[in-house]
Parts: sequence; structure tokens; C-alpha cells
Amino acid sequence: MRRITRRRGILLGVVAAVVSAVVVLLSTGLGKDPSVVASPLVGRVAPDFTLSQLNGPPMTLSKLRGQVVVVNFWASWCTECHTEQAALDQTWQQFQDSGVVVVGVNFEDTTGDASDYVRTAGVAYPVVEDTDSRTALAYGLRGIPETFIVDKTGRIVDRIIGPVDATKLSSEINEVLLAGAR
Amino acid sequence: MGQLGTYALLLGLALSGYGAVAAALGAKTDRPVLVESARRTAFGLFATILVVNGAMMIALLRNDFALRYVVENSSRETPAFFRALSLWAADDGSLLLWNLILAGYIAAVALRFRRDRPATFPYALSVLFVVQVFYLILVNGLATPFATMSSRPADGAGPAPLLQNHPLMAVHPPFLYLGFIGFTVPFAFGIASLLAGHGTDEWVSIIRRWTLVVWCFLTIGLLLGALWSYSVLGWGGYWAWDPVENVALLPWLLSTAFLHSVMLQERRGMARLWNIALVIGAFSLMTFGTFLTRGSVLSSVHAFAQTAVGPAYLAFLAVVMLVGFGLLMWRLPTLRTPARLDSAISREAAFVGNNVLLLAAAAIILLGTAFPLVVEAVSGQQITVGGPYFKSAVTPVFLLLLLLAGTAPLLPWRATNRARALRRLRVPAVAAALVMVATALAGVRNVTAVAGFGLAALVFVANGQEVVSGLAIGRRGGRSGIVRTMLRGRRRYAGLVVHVGLAMVAAGITASSTLGQQTEVTLKTGQSTVFAGHVLRYEGLRTDQQPQRIVLSAPVKVNNVGGGGAGTFDPRMNLYPAATEPIGSPSIHRGVVWDLYASVISLQEDGNSATFRFYRNPGVNWLWLGGFVMALGGVAAAWPVRRRHDDDEAPTSVRRTRAPVEVGAV
Repeated sequence: MRRITRRRGILLGVVAAVVSAVVVLLSTGLGKDPSVVASPLVGRVAPDFTLSQLNGPPMTLSKLRGQVVVVNFWASWCTECHTEQAALDQTWQQFQDSGVVVVGVNFEDTTGDASDYVRTAGVAYPVVEDTDSRTALAYGLRGIPETFIVDKTGRIVDRIIGPVDATKLSSEINEVLLAGAR
Repeated sequence: MGQLGTYALLLGLALSGYGAVAAALGAKTDRPVLVESARRTAFGLFATILVVNGAMMIALLRNDFALRYVVENSSRETPAFFRALSLWAADDGSLLLWNLILAGYIAAVALRFRRDRPATFPYALSVLFVVQVFYLILVNGLATPFATMSSRPADGAGPAPLLQNHPLMAVHPPFLYLGFIGFTVPFAFGIASLLAGHGTDEWVSIIRRWTLVVWCFLTIGLLLGALWSYSVLGWGGYWAWDPVENVALLPWLLSTAFLHSVMLQERRGMARLWNIALVIGAFSLMTFGTFLTRGSVLSSVHAFAQTAVGPAYLAFLAVVMLVGFGLLMWRLPTLRTPARLDSAISREAAFVGNNVLLLAAAAIILLGTAFPLVVEAVSGQQITVGGPYFKSAVTPVFLLLLLLAGTAPLLPWRATNRARALRRLRVPAVAAALVMVATALAGVRNVTAVAGFGLAALVFVANGQEVVSGLAIGRRGGRSGIVRTMLRGRRRYAGLVVHVGLAMVAAGITASSTLGQQTEVTLKTGQSTVFAGHVLRYEGLRTDQQPQRIVLSAPVKVNNVGGGGAGTFDPRMNLYPAATEPIGSPSIHRGVVWDLYASVISLQEDGNSATFRFYRNPGVNWLWLGGFVMALGGVAAAWPVRRRHDDDEAPTSVRRTRAPVEVGAV
């Protein structure tokens, strides 16, 4: 009887060990954020663009060297974009004095719809129009919203697919700022 | 609608919690009244979840943009048909359907065992309710399908373009869910028998029957998925070894193994431990698949958007494995059965071989699917395991399985009268040899193709011959004689029919994967190209503005090289407002021997020039037909027949005394 109990204990231990191993292995997949996509663009110089601004002079990405740029592709018809609006605004308010620029790149939209949205939603950061979608193609856009973080040297350090999260975005920007300061 | 749905979900959670406790308590304290009340709760639960799904369906159909789910998955322009399908177009909604199907299975179990109940019934019922509790917790907080918008937008985003592009989306997910979720029932009865602990084999025939039902649904679901991929995605194929496809195939392989090895237990009292391990394994793999798909660990065509429920799925998977395999180890002494094969050439040995091979295939696929996760966990590198690995590793295993499917049904149980079995193998073996020679003479130099066709012929003739000889014997008794013969040997004939279907599927897969042709060309308007005996001429772009999308079609006129028209292709690109890339829609001329398949890859110069991919795919329709025959055989085996016709439940001692060459494949 005691032998049976002992063997049972060993077998149950084996089951527990195997299950824990599987859980540990699988949970590493949970730790990372699947919206952060490995992209061949990450680490390379961000494709440059000069695009007309909705309310202001044309903007050129390469002229923003020395600052961290958050390039966010959006459209007025995109509901997911509406949900990340607050996060982007908050990032802009929080970091605009620390050398961070948020640029909204309006994608597949009409100037009228885009302006209406910017006015009613109170978008404060600069918004440019990618009228012929050339910039979207250069960035290999999969869908919108999609956001790229460009460091002070003009290199893409991250690509975020889907709506951004304010906390995650700000901690990432802090990291980029720190890395640049080192 | 939102409030109705939210409250009904809470009620459902309460009901399933009550059911789980009442059933287990009733069994433990021997109070049948409690068990009966738990059994009736199943119907209340089903009705409640039906209301939940109805509420979401109505909200979608009425475009109730106060609900976030409706905003994200419907729009004013979406046709009503696809609005209804949006119920399972995204994670939250599909979880509602998932819950509905699970509640449906519980209600079916409750109905099936309303009078004669096995001793394990209360525990099984309790396990079923516990699983439902988990899935209802998911939609009662971790996911919030009925979440509302802070302000009500004028229009929604519409369903994901790929999901509103083809009506097959209406049937593929529900069938796959029916197949997937159904594994809960065999699992519940398996766990119940381990909990009850008496070493009887009472659970075997119950689990076998339910597994058959689930197997049929999963077969159809996988088939519809392949058909969807072939008809919608425009890459000319039907199976991409995508992780999510793989995890759907894994439980199918395990349940197929179970349906074979269960016969060892029914007839010879063997493999009890093995069988219950397979049942638990199939459910664990199903849960693993759910975690992989919905836990947002990997990206695939099927992966749902990022959700917060990943850890919950992982915890559930851990509980399932711990409880399932833990109980198995606990009860190990009562599950031991004598494992003794009388001969290496016997049905028993063939079943063992079948199980080894099916599990090897499952292991190869599981390894390939999980490998990227392992690599990323260890080294942080993102890798993918592609089709070539799966193809080269799995093909030999599948070929050996065909060899078994073509010979095993002719082998006797135990070892008596081997000569007679070998005699019956003569015709199929000759047929296989002839097909192989003919294939080689026709110029096919691919060894896999030659072997695949030969073995498919072996399976087809060997199993078909058994069905025909059964019909011939029955005919002596007139029309009613045939019916009686078929009914008496229902399991046997159903199994043979499944094998005949398998032969067709094997031939189709062999043909399409080894003998297909393809080309990619760019044509200007009016320009032609020659492909596979056809002259293909691009007729110029046509644009059609529809309310929910713009359809760009690139018609191609098809003529035979020798002259004579063969019709027009109409491959399309659909532009949906929510998508940056157009969604292709291939055009397929389906034929008995081969399909001609065209998809448009890109358009240049305002459509004056277009790049096409043309495929000539042989045998794809055999695959669909064969799959249908397999499912039909499965249905025939699972179909409930009144006992006086049915020998399913006949005691094993009676069966053993029958003629030595008794065949029962499923």
C-alpha cells in the first residue's frame, strides 16, 4: 500500500512539473505585447516625408532631427483611431516641452472630414495629409491606427499596431529619451 | 439590448455555478433530487445563453451603435447577412457563440440521459457546468461583449474585410466550434469515470458515441475552413500549416486515434488507460488551441485582436491538465489492463500501429506549432516554422497510415485465419500496383505522388470491396436484406465508408500538392498568354461601386488552345473603407479532374495592366467530395438507432464468438 502511495506521489509530481513547465513556457508569450511588431523598418532611418499640414506650413520629418517623433497614421472614419485620441493628446501635452513631437498623418481621408474631426475632437498636435498614400506605402502600413516612434537620430525604434496606450507610450518615450541622453 | 445581454450573462453564470455544485453534491450525498434539479438547470442555462446571443444578434441587425461591439464590427453599409455573421467576427462576440454551443451540448447531454443514467452522469454534468462557468466568467468581466460607447457614433467600422468577403464565413466557424467545444462532453465523462473510480468500462460506449459526433463536426469544420481558404484567399491552396489550422487538426488526430483504439477496449478489454488519456489529451489540446488563438500569443489569419483574457486561458489550460492527468495518475492502479497481442498481423496490432502513427503526426505538428514560442521564450528571436517542415515530416507518417487503412480492415481480430485475410488483400494490392505503374508511366517521377496514388487506390479498393461484398450478401435477402445487413454491421460499414472517403481525400491531396501548375503574368488590356492548354486574354478593368465596397474586376477570357471558348474568369479586388490593402477574390473554374484558378495580384496604369496568378490544381474536388463522404460515414456511425437494430451495446462476450473476420473500423 505504501509503495502505491509513493509511486502515486511521484507520478503526480511529474504531472505537476510538466504542467508548470508548459505554463511557464506559454506565459512568456503573454508577457510581450503582440501589437509591437518586429518590422524590418525598426532600427532603420525612418522614410522621410514632406506633407502639407492641415493648419500650418508643410512639415518635413528630417527637419525634426534631434527630437523624438511619434508618427501616428489615422483617419476620421477609423473608430479605433478615435479610441487612442486621448492617449496621443496626453502624450503631446506631457512631452512637448521635452523635445517630443507627435505628428498625425491623415490617411485615405478628405480634408473636410479630417479638419472637422480635428476641430471637434480638439486635436492639438500637428496633423499632415498623406493625400496620395505615398508615405503610408513607404512605412509599409498594415492598417490604421499604426504608430511609429522615431528617435533623435531619425531611426525608427518601434512600431505599434492598433490603438496606443498612454502609459505604455509614455514609458517607451521616456526610454528613448534616456537612451538618446546617454 | 445591452442591458438584457449583460444581465442574462450574469444569470447564466449563476445557473451554471448552481448546476456544477448541485450535480456534484447530489452525487456525493446520494440525493437524486439535487441531480435532477441540476439536470433541468441545463435547459434554463441554454435558454439564457440563447437570449444573450439573440440580444447581440438583434443589436447587430438593428445597428445599435450604442454598443462598442456593434460599432467595431458592423456599419450602415454592411449587408444584413454579414451583420448577422459579425456575431462571430471578433473575439467577444464569438465567445458568446462559444458559450451558446457549450450550453447546447450540456442541454443535449441532459436530454439524452433524462431516463437511463449511467452512474457517472452527475459528475460528468458537474464537470460540464464547471467548464461553462469558466467560459462565462470570460464574458462577464474579462471580456465585455456588451460594453457601451461613451458617445453614440453615427456609423461603425464594419466587420474585418476578409470576414465579409465570402458567405462561407457563415458556416465555417460554427461547425469548427461545434467540433471544438464538443470535446468537453467526452472529457467530462472521462473525468467523471476517474472521479467515480470504479474500474468498469461503462463510460466507453458513451464517450465513443459523443466523440463520433464531435469528430463529424470537426471534420466538416476543417473541411469548410480549407474550402474557405481555397475560395477566398486567392493563393491557390487550401492548407497553409498556419498555427491555428494546426491546433484545430491536433484534436482531430487524437480523436481519430481514440475512435480506433476504443475498439480494443470494447472488444478485448485492452487499452483502458490509453483511451482515457487520449480523451483528456484531446480536450487539453483543444484548450491549448483556444489559448493560442485567443490568448493573443501569436499572429495568424485567425488570431483575434489583442485581448486581456490570455492569462485566464492559460490558467484554465493548467487546471485542465493538472486535474485530467493528475486524476489519471491517481487512478492508475484501476486502469491497468492486460496488454497482450496474439499476433503482429492482427487487427489489434493494426490499431496499435494506427495510434502510434496518428500520435506521431500530432507530435510533429505540435512541435512545429509550438517551436516558435519556445525559441522566442529562450532566445527572444521571432521565427516561423513553414510548410516545408510540416510537409516533409508528416508525409511519410500519413502514407503509412494509408497503408494501414487499406489493410487493417481486412485483418482478423486475434490471429485466426490469416490466410483468408491475405486472400482478400489480393485485389486491392493488385489495384494499388496497377495505379502506381500507370502513374509512373504517365510521366510522374515524384515518388510521393506515385506512393500516394497507389496507397489511395489500396484504401479505396480494400474498403470499397468490403462494402460491396456486404451489399451482395444482403441482397440475397431482398431489399430488406440489404437494409438489415447494413444496420447489423452499421459500425463496420460506416467505418469502411469513412475509409473510402479518406482514400478520395488522399488522392486529392496527393494530386493537388504534387501535380499542380502555376504561373504569374502581367497582361495589358487585350493581351493574351498561354497556360496549361488555355489561351487567357485580359479584357480590361471594370469598376463597380457598391454601398459597402468598391469592386474592381479584371475579367479574363479563356479559350482552349485548339480553339473553342471555355468561358470567362472574373477575379476581383474588393476595396473596403477600413482596409488599406484590397482584398482579392479569386475566380475558379471547378472541374472533375482539375480546377483552373485565377487571382489578380495587382493593377497598374489605372487597370490597363494587371498582374495575375493562374493555377491548375488537380484533384481539389476529390478532396471536398472525399471529406464529405468521411463526414457522412461518421454520421452513419454516430446516428442513434433503436436498440433492437443496434448491436453497439451488445456484451463483448457475445461479439467475440462471431465469425473470425469481423470488421469494425470505427
